[in-house]
Amino acid sequence: MTSDGTLVELSARITQGDIGCREVAERCLARIEQGSHLNAFISIDAERVLARAAALDAMPEADRGPLHGLPIAVKDIFCQAGVETTAGSRMLQGWRAPYDAHVIQRLEAAGALLVGKTNMDEFAMGSSGENSHYGPTRNPWNTERVPGGSSSGSAAAVASGMVPAALGTDTGGSIRQPAAFCGLTGLKPTYGRVSRWGMIAFASSLDQAGPMAWTAADLALLLAAMAGCDERDSTSVDRPVDAYSAALEAPIEGRRIGIPDALLGEDVAAPVRAAVDAAKRTFEQLGATTHAVSLPTALAGVPAYYVLAPAEASTNLARYDGVRFGHRCSSPQSLEDLYLRSRAEGFGSEVKRRILTGTYVLSVGYYEAYYLHAQRVRRLIRDEFLAAFEDVDAILAPTTPGVAFALGEKTDDPVAMYQQDVFTIPANLAGIPALSMPAGLSAGMPLGVQLLGPHFAETTLLNLAHAFQTATDHHLARPAGAAA
Amino acid sequence: MSIDAEQVRRIAHLARIGLAADEAQRYIGDLESILGMVERMRAVPTDGVVPLPHPIDVGQRLRPDVVTEQDERELFQTDAPAVADGFYLVPRVVE
Repeated sequence: MTSDGTLVELSARITQGDIGCREVAERCLARIEQGSHLNAFISIDAERVLARAAALDAMPEADRGPLHGLPIAVKDIFCQAGVETTAGSRMLQGWRAPYDAHVIQRLEAAGALLVGKTNMDEFAMGSSGENSHYGPTRNPWNTERVPGGSSSGSAAAVASGMVPAALGTDTGGSIRQPAAFCGLTGLKPTYGRVSRWGMIAFASSLDQAGPMAWTAADLALLLAAMAGCDERDSTSVDRPVDAYSAALEAPIEGRRIGIPDALLGEDVAAPVRAAVDAAKRTFEQLGATTHAVSLPTALAGVPAYYVLAPAEASTNLARYDGVRFGHRCSSPQSLEDLYLRSRAEGFGSEVKRRILTGTYVLSVGYYEAYYLHAQRVRRLIRDEFLAAFEDVDAILAPTTPGVAFALGEKTDDPVAMYQQDVFTIPANLAGIPALSMPAGLSAGMPLGVQLLGPHFAETTLLNLAHAFQTATDHHLARPAGAAA
Repeated sequence: MSIDAEQVRRIAHLARIGLAADEAQRYIGDLESILGMVERMRAVPTDGVVPLPHPIDVGQRLRPDVVTEQDERELFQTDAPAVADGFYLVPRVVE
């Protein structure tokens, strides 16, 4: 079965009356069924999807929103009222969220057709999709490889043509890395640009929701619906939302793009380096200028992150105590026994690893040496970005050290897995927006390059990425066997 | 970086995660390699640098001091593991 193309293309067909929402929904559900071997979804409520599609079809034209009828998959970390929301964990198996996340409300208000909850690394902790209680997701480009993580199912659902777009979350690269591994464009907005309300917390000073799709134009459409201040998230920033789609076609002549040579060292696979070089030349041909920038502390991002993120996770995940919601062990002998066994049974090994690491670095005698030191490194990294952005409008860097690796290849070595996020973590620590876009294939597998910008410069990133996608066709590559 | 079984048991207790004996052994190795990797950030000189807890320099917003939430106890308790008369049930703490 054919795919629905991009959001922009499908939206035009719906507006012209070529296809109704009901048909869009049925086709989506059929493609999801066809691709079930990828394990991209944790739950789908087909009845609910079809009822919503019928309601959208019945909606008077004057009431239709900018995302009218567009099918979008949602990472299973977003609460959706009355819908099972697991965060990829046994801990929340069967738990139905009592309310809608802010982004769910915003997308539905804009007319989106939410089609299901996608698979993910448990509590968004992982870079391969293998840490899900519901089984690993497979990469549509090669089902023996990982799709990346933690937004593994969202990436696989889009790359296989099941849906034209999906929502992910990005704490250390969880939108950008799977986007790169699956040939998609993905955006982590500025920290505070999109409300975290109703998004299950992992590391609250780093978590941010964002869109994943084939093109920058589609991301612009989705971000416009998602972004904006929400009083229920105290870190949501009260600042006007730009007209992202309207700015896509702005000329990029004279734009200054920084190249951080320090990030292109020996750990980067040759094809990735070549892709960054080729992208640099494309931007130069489009009239942008390129400049060396210095980010000397960025490579210390991984160690600082693996202090800060586990520390925040260990406190955030303290709420899963087997009392108010979530998994509870059978026949607890005491309150202590209830906590110990409910958490031992409900959490998977990577989540336990991070809770233990976080508890250790926050414990008496280690707080100063680990936690405060990591926060100082965090300031240095952020300030180096801010200094670089005095001279350039955006920075071009790799998204990942290489292409998608094999399932099982790194599961026994947590540190090797963590190192996968070396190029994505700095943006989370600095709170800046960053976008990954397809930049070519290596031995049949996609690879991505990243554009990073100053706080709230999403418009610049989308404009640059759109110009790149107008001049190149990397974003048009599709995996064999996917709905074309 | 060297961690022993006693330290792992202490952390696991603080985190209220029950660990089987063989599991504790595995986490010793994992924590040692993670903390070993973390040590690399020590090479970064940070004298005089103020810790950054949050990436955006904005203050906390204030809101009017009015009741905004409704009582939704029944809804929230629908998926609770054990409730009775509107209360959450846990094993007896006081005899």
